[in-house]
Amino acid sequence: MTALLTVENLDARHGLLHAVRGVGFTVRAGETLALVGANGAGKTTLLRAIAGAHPPAGGRVLFHGRDLDAMPAHKRVALGIALVPEGRKLFGQLTVEENLLLGRAAGRAGAWDVDTVIAAFPNLAKRRHARAGTLSGGEAQATAIGRALMTNPELLLLDEVSLGLSPLAVDRVYASLATTMSGGTTIVLVEQDLTRALRVADRVVCMLEGRVVLSGRAAELTRDEITDAYFGLRGKVAA
Amino acid sequence: MIWLNQLIQGVLLGGYYALIACGLSFMYGVMRIINMAHGSLAILAAFALFVLADQYDVSPFVGLLVVLPAMAAIGWVLHRAVLDRSLNGGFLMPILSTFGLSIVIDNLLFQAFGADTRSLAPYIGTLSYDSWTITDDISVGQLAAGTFGLAVLLLGGLQLFLSRAPLGRAIRAVAEDPDTVGLVGIDARRVSAIASAIALVTVGIAGACLAMRATFDPYAGAPQLIFAFEAAVIGGAGSLWGTLLGGVVLGVAQSLGAQIIPQGFLIGGHAAFLAILLARLNRGGLRWPRRWAA
Repeated sequence: MTALLTVENLDARHGLLHAVRGVGFTVRAGETLALVGANGAGKTTLLRAIAGAHPPAGGRVLFHGRDLDAMPAHKRVALGIALVPEGRKLFGQLTVEENLLLGRAAGRAGAWDVDTVIAAFPNLAKRRHARAGTLSGGEAQATAIGRALMTNPELLLLDEVSLGLSPLAVDRVYASLATTMSGGTTIVLVEQDLTRALRVADRVVCMLEGRVVLSGRAAELTRDEITDAYFGLRGKVAA
Repeated sequence: MIWLNQLIQGVLLGGYYALIACGLSFMYGVMRIINMAHGSLAILAAFALFVLADQYDVSPFVGLLVVLPAMAAIGWVLHRAVLDRSLNGGFLMPILSTFGLSIVIDNLLFQAFGADTRSLAPYIGTLSYDSWTITDDISVGQLAAGTFGLAVLLLGGLQLFLSRAPLGRAIRAVAEDPDTVGLVGIDARRVSAIASAIALVTVGIAGACLAMRATFDPYAGAPQLIFAFEAAVIGGAGSLWGTLLGGVVLGVAQSLGAQIIPQGFLIGGHAAFLAILLARLNRGGLRWPRRWAA
């Protein structure tokens, strides 16, 4: 198993706020990594920095061992890195199908097209020609994930896919994602729900105030260890 | 009957206004840029066609084959060199920089061509005055009718392009959220530069139509910018057909104004523009074409 994504000593800022501080970890091809941590721990900024949507202040992001440096987001998508952003960021005036078709701009061939996405997210079938601005939360999230899948990514970054969804809708999204995960796509996901994160992930990285405070195989970490790290009750620095 | 005639002439004139407004409105819709050099660029295209016709005996219709690609190239360079950079400086910066550009273009044209008024009418044979006689009182100029038809074709074509073509889809996505398109693999800068190129092609077409039906001089850009602006604001609703409607309203208002009092041509147009603007403001907020969604 080779390293698909390596993050080295990454720093990212929002003005004076030092959101990500010297973060480093490695994701192997085919792995699912869960990023957990409280609000404001820097998870979203970290994902955005990997996707090229937030310029880092220092450190490196390597994909297939290649330093991505200041490569803009759209070129990273062409390399196979796709982010499902927090808040979905759909194009509300475009239809579901049009939102999905945008992903083709990446020019990456693969199994995902409009039909396979809709097969994976059956709740979109009836909404195919509806404006994305009129979708329910679950439908919007499915469209956002589908739009990222349309670029046929090697690495899928999922930011808070369960945020604002009903438990039923979350189940549906994860059930659909199971296909993707078993299909060999490498996934880094940010998830507030620890139980779910531990269930779907091979490895867990816990962040606190911009730093990695705990990381390990999901199967080997106890829930207590993670909650302690989550709230900063124990300083087991693993970065 | 005379009023019907003025109405028909006004509608046809509106076709030209829709053409000149098209690029202005398109650029604002996609990039939130109000291009103050819009009119001057139309005149630049007119002079380019004039030089080709006058110096090299190239028919203006053939000349468009050279001038329109050149306008597209100017649009691309304009975006890369001026618009993209000035956008980072806030919404006022593109207005100021394109205003400066319009002064440069106007004065360079003045330097090169002097103050003489020119027209392409002598280079298009009898088309400049050929007309179809409908009744004794009403005849329709073939050039005016052609311009109107061209406006419908161009606006319809653009609408179709935006709603069907992958690039049109990308342009709409950029218009809606330029910061997110990168995440789906679209280069927002490239798409915006292409949109600028498309806008300037329409500017070139409008400049050609102006130069065939009327006269122009190096400082003729500013009034064209005003007409384009008025038609775009009147059309307001945000669809390309709104722009056509805005052009027609402006054209009809000017024609009817001229019928009421001989000097009423411009006054009629401005009055219609102000009336609609005030009505909009009254209804709560100025609505300018915000989105280019189909």
